[in-house]
Amino acid sequence: MNEVKYSKEHEWIKLEGDIATIGITRHATELLGDIVFTELPDKGSNIEKDGTAGVVESTKAASDVYTPVSGEVVDLNQSIVDDPSKINQDPENSAWFFKLKIKDKSEMDTLMNKDEYDKFAKESST
Amino acid sequence: MDTKKTSLYQLHQDSKAKFVEFAGYQMPIQYSEGIVEEHRFTRNHSGIFDVSHMGQLFIYGREDLVDDLERIFPLDLKNLKLNHSKYSFLMSDNAGIYDDLIITKIKDGFLIILNAACKENDYKILKGLLNNKYKMIMDEDKSLIAIQGPKSVQILKSVIQGVENLNFMSGNWFTLDDHNIYVTRSGYTGEDGFEVSLTNEFADGFTRRLIDKGAKLIGLGARDTLRLEAGLCLYGHELSKDKTPVEANLKWAISKERILKGNFIGSDIIINQLNNGVSKIRVGIKPEGRIIAREKTKIYNESDLEIGEITSGTFGPSVNGPVAMGYVENEFSKKNTKIFLEVRGKKHPATICGLPFYKKSYVKGVN
Repeated sequence: MNEVKYSKEHEWIKLEGDIATIGITRHATELLGDIVFTELPDKGSNIEKDGTAGVVESTKAASDVYTPVSGEVVDLNQSIVDDPSKINQDPENSAWFFKLKIKDKSEMDTLMNKDEYDKFAKESST
Repeated sequence: MDTKKTSLYQLHQDSKAKFVEFAGYQMPIQYSEGIVEEHRFTRNHSGIFDVSHMGQLFIYGREDLVDDLERIFPLDLKNLKLNHSKYSFLMSDNAGIYDDLIITKIKDGFLIILNAACKENDYKILKGLLNNKYKMIMDEDKSLIAIQGPKSVQILKSVIQGVENLNFMSGNWFTLDDHNIYVTRSGYTGEDGFEVSLTNEFADGFTRRLIDKGAKLIGLGARDTLRLEAGLCLYGHELSKDKTPVEANLKWAISKERILKGNFIGSDIIINQLNNGVSKIRVGIKPEGRIIAREKTKIYNESDLEIGEITSGTFGPSVNGPVAMGYVENEFSKKNTKIFLEVRGKKHPATICGLPFYKKSYVKGVN
């Protein structure tokens, strides 16, 4: 099952086996505006659930990106570093941020499903 | 305190603006297309900016007023022609900048355009300095609309004939549908453009006509990226009470005639700084790569000594890279000096560079 889950920090996470692909949601990009800079975690580093795992900057401000689960960074999407505007264009698909080899699948249970997230996003933006 | 709304508020709402509070006003930060697209549209076509929050201060008087204003502003106002404008500053006795402004000679006195956040304080200071001798009106019944970018002249002249004959930093009265409108060829984006002063009741209809001709509303977000690429200062960032015009690298705006004679507020300090130099000065800064160094970012030299601080920094859409301005110690202010910017704990290489980042295209000498 490849259900996509969502965090309160507006990240999405898709699990395939023990590899999780993580990015930021369309809603997050709409809050940020035009993204002009991206910083990703180091490949091979271990990052902990809810820890900072990068930065996105719009013309207006910088925001941290958090990881919704713990794991080892096994892959990075260099294309969003080279052209950060790709994140605004396709945030929940080709503009993923990084992939983690996760340690504890139960961390996924703490996250929201699509309906829950949509409701959360709607409420938090009003 | 309730936030104020400009006469274009309804139009901003209709145009899906995102609002921010700025200097006590509800102002559009951006519209649906976003800052980068709004920035590019202004550079390539024509952008409309609601700058009605800025102060439009009219001071009425004759020769006495010219003499009194020359004791305040470092300008040669005696030789300022009717309908011509100059950039200047209101300074403290220590030559610290209370505000930067545009002063225009009008028929019965002067019109001064002031920053929104400073205008009330400016009014008090000027009233005191002028000893209540002159009629001073901060005109809240007027809106101020800027139209900026290469297509602005065609668009505006299709609505108000004759504006194409204005030179940069000059203005005139025009009539449209029985409304008197004061138009100057000026702006703060590094593009050719105009600023239009008109009654609040007429502002919405007038702006909608510009939109019908192909211009688009642009928010404060793109106004900031445009002015930064053009190397222009923003009060509260590059300019403050703690900075003098010489430190701000704005000595071009101080009349040479007046430097020789002095006798204006802050003149002793200005003349001393012009003769002996300043310890810190405003510079342009180009970060390497894509890293954005924002306001308050610390600047280091190659020996890791702190030499200054960023005052504005963003991504410049037309430069297609990060741009910044800041103050550094004078000895590190030469073009091409290598510096380092501390962003999120890491030091990133950057270079001192000339301004503007993006070349201006002001119109001079159309007639």
